Amino acid sequence: MALVLNEEQRMLRDAARDFLTQRAPVSHLRQIRDSGNELGFSRELWDEIVEMGWTAILVPEEHGGLGYGYTGLGLLLEESGRTLTPSPLLGTALTGAAALILGGSPEQCAEVLPEVAAGQRILALACDETTLHQPERNSSQAVAAGDGYRLNGGKTAVMDGAAADTFIVSAATGQGISLFLVPAKANGVTVQPYPALDISIAAAVTFKDVELPATALLGALGEGQALLDRVLDIARIGASAELLGIAQEAFERTMNYLRERKQFGVLIGSFQALQHRAAQLHAEIEMCKSVVLKALQMLDEGAVDNAELASLAKAKLSTTAHKAACEAIQMHGGIGMTDEFDIGFFLKRCRILETLYGDRNFHLDRYARLRGY
Amino acid sequence: MNQPEDFRQAVREWLEDNCPESMRSPLPSEAEACWGGRNFEFYSEDQRLWLERMAERGWTAPTWPTEYGGGGLNREEEKILKEELARIHARQPLISFGISMLGPALLKFGSEELKQQHLPPIVRGEIRWAQGYSEPNAGSDLASLQARCEDRGDHFILNGSKVWTSYGDLGDWMFCLVRTDIEAPKHKGISFVMFDMATPGVSTRPIRLISGKSPFTETIFDDVRVEKDQVIGTLNQGWTVAKYLLTHEREMIAGSGVSSAGTMSVSKTATKTIGTDNGVLRNTPLRADIARYEIDERCLELTIERARDEVKAGVSLGAAASMFKYYGTELNMRRQELLMAIGGNDALVWEGDASKDGDTPRQWLRSKGNSIEGGTSEIQLNIVAKHILGLPG
Repeated sequence: MALVLNEEQRMLRDAARDFLTQRAPVSHLRQIRDSGNELGFSRELWDEIVEMGWTAILVPEEHGGLGYGYTGLGLLLEESGRTLTPSPLLGTALTGAAALILGGSPEQCAEVLPEVAAGQRILALACDETTLHQPERNSSQAVAAGDGYRLNGGKTAVMDGAAADTFIVSAATGQGISLFLVPAKANGVTVQPYPALDISIAAAVTFKDVELPATALLGALGEGQALLDRVLDIARIGASAELLGIAQEAFERTMNYLRERKQFGVLIGSFQALQHRAAQLHAEIEMCKSVVLKALQMLDEGAVDNAELASLAKAKLSTTAHKAACEAIQMHGGIGMTDEFDIGFFLKRCRILETLYGDRNFHLDRYARLRGY
Repeated sequence: MNQPEDFRQAVREWLEDNCPESMRSPLPSEAEACWGGRNFEFYSEDQRLWLERMAERGWTAPTWPTEYGGGGLNREEEKILKEELARIHARQPLISFGISMLGPALLKFGSEELKQQHLPPIVRGEIRWAQGYSEPNAGSDLASLQARCEDRGDHFILNGSKVWTSYGDLGDWMFCLVRTDIEAPKHKGISFVMFDMATPGVSTRPIRLISGKSPFTETIFDDVRVEKDQVIGTLNQGWTVAKYLLTHEREMIAGSGVSSAGTMSVSKTATKTIGTDNGVLRNTPLRADIARYEIDERCLELTIERARDEVKAGVSLGAAASMFKYYGTELNMRRQELLMAIGGNDALVWEGDASKDGDTPRQWLRSKGNSIEGGTSEIQLNIVAKHILGLPG
């Protein structure tokens, strides 16, 4: 597959850009923050996003979706990275939907996916128990009880935790771990939401003797690790796409500033000390574009093992977007440090996505391991 | 034969019949590469045959028009040819500045007579070209060059000197930037001329590098006769041609930044030399550096692939060549630093069979020139800042 967008994909991206810059620019994020919103995003905007069909992109047609694929959804995530639009797009429309598509039984898919497509169910992957992402470290347990399972344990840093209708939870089940669909309202589930630095609302979730039916099991019993890895790799590629949008937007805003801000009687963009750093960053962002597009195309081609490219993308994008966001503040100077100015929001959102599903150190290590060293 | 797969099949069959068995393995050393030219001695009969057969089909210059001896292939066919050559590990039949640098400029700016005269011998590897660009006082500021062609009626007389002529002592002809108008502003008085290096008054002197090798010469011109019909493009407009050619040179250099195909990967070299514990390289800071390098190497490969696909879709590469030159050379320098770090004391051996006569340190030292030749990294960043990012002068 050629490493370029086709006509249809370009149109989708342009339409997304129009919608987001009009309906949910960075001022929208500021407004959500200042209004004391308890979900971390606007339900009204979410309804409009659903209306646009974005939650249906990944969902197969037989379940009320569009079956349009990962590259398309990746473009939407990239564009919402540019506008820092808060929404459960990454957690639900990509990660949650992918978990069902890859691991769900026909009955589970028929029940959950139409609701995802219609924007009526928010999903949240709950797989971390330690402060650093180490998905293989798991002390939550699900034991067989009656016809189903009894779940005990807890998860941290669950994205969209306050809004989630269903958690996708990893838990030990004797031999190996398994994934479960756990309703947020189930007895014994306690959700403790907290605001994260980018205004999103995450949560710590605990499970105390939660009774689950047999149909809550997602994928095969005891084989949850492989499924979780595949779902996480898709989530990592999605986060990378969003980081790509953040990196590009922060960089372009900074370039605009260099072209208009004067000091010492000249435009600061004429200073070579800034020009070279800008040119280096441009090169890194170009590298990022190729990697994200390749990774998304690979998902669309149905590759089963995406681990190496997912870690490559997440490591590269976490590094580059971070650099772009930090340079954005430095090159804006004092104004970049003020809350009144928008550029700081890019660093904050960037930090969340960098950390989510493994930061650059996690993925450097994983990449090396996968490559045999 | 419009279908790509038909073409691939035909290429595969032709290569099966025509690529000599001994040409289907990586070069044992760069010294054995085929450069062609009047004085080139083939290392083997197979090497000669391989060049001759590829040249006959025009596949030494696959995309050049057939009327000048080229292969007349479109980009997709060229890609297929490259893939099929790589599939059987075929050696490059000919390495040539005529193909990678002069040819594209001649095709774009040369007169019909000049194309007819020079392109077919380039395709056949009969004439080896040398590049006369830099001068002792014109490096990064190339347009300040002083080698001068004086008008003597029906010909020019050239005086001055060039430096950093790659393999200047082995070149048959030179394409050269000279000043033809000393009154004009510096970019406006330059012409792009060609002449036979056997012309009386041309002499070369090797430049010994810190690597101990001498791949470059200084080239001195003492009353050298240059014919007036050997100007590419318009007189005094040579800077346009020069810049176009530099773009090609940068693309070529950038592409060679990830020329690791056929060589052992950095991480494999490291695990072999240093060893692992539970599959993890014993030196963890080095391991992280290698991972960062290999990630960036893959990123550059993908970005080159994307740029090619964009060119195919009608987007011009333009100033992006500067970005590729910058990134590719910096990457190769990182690679050489890593190989030195992995090599330890063994990488300090300068001579002897065990170290292949200091191959590792010599390549490392040589790589220090990567961010200088063909326009320094700083010059490339200037170009990116001005022409891609639109930052003020």
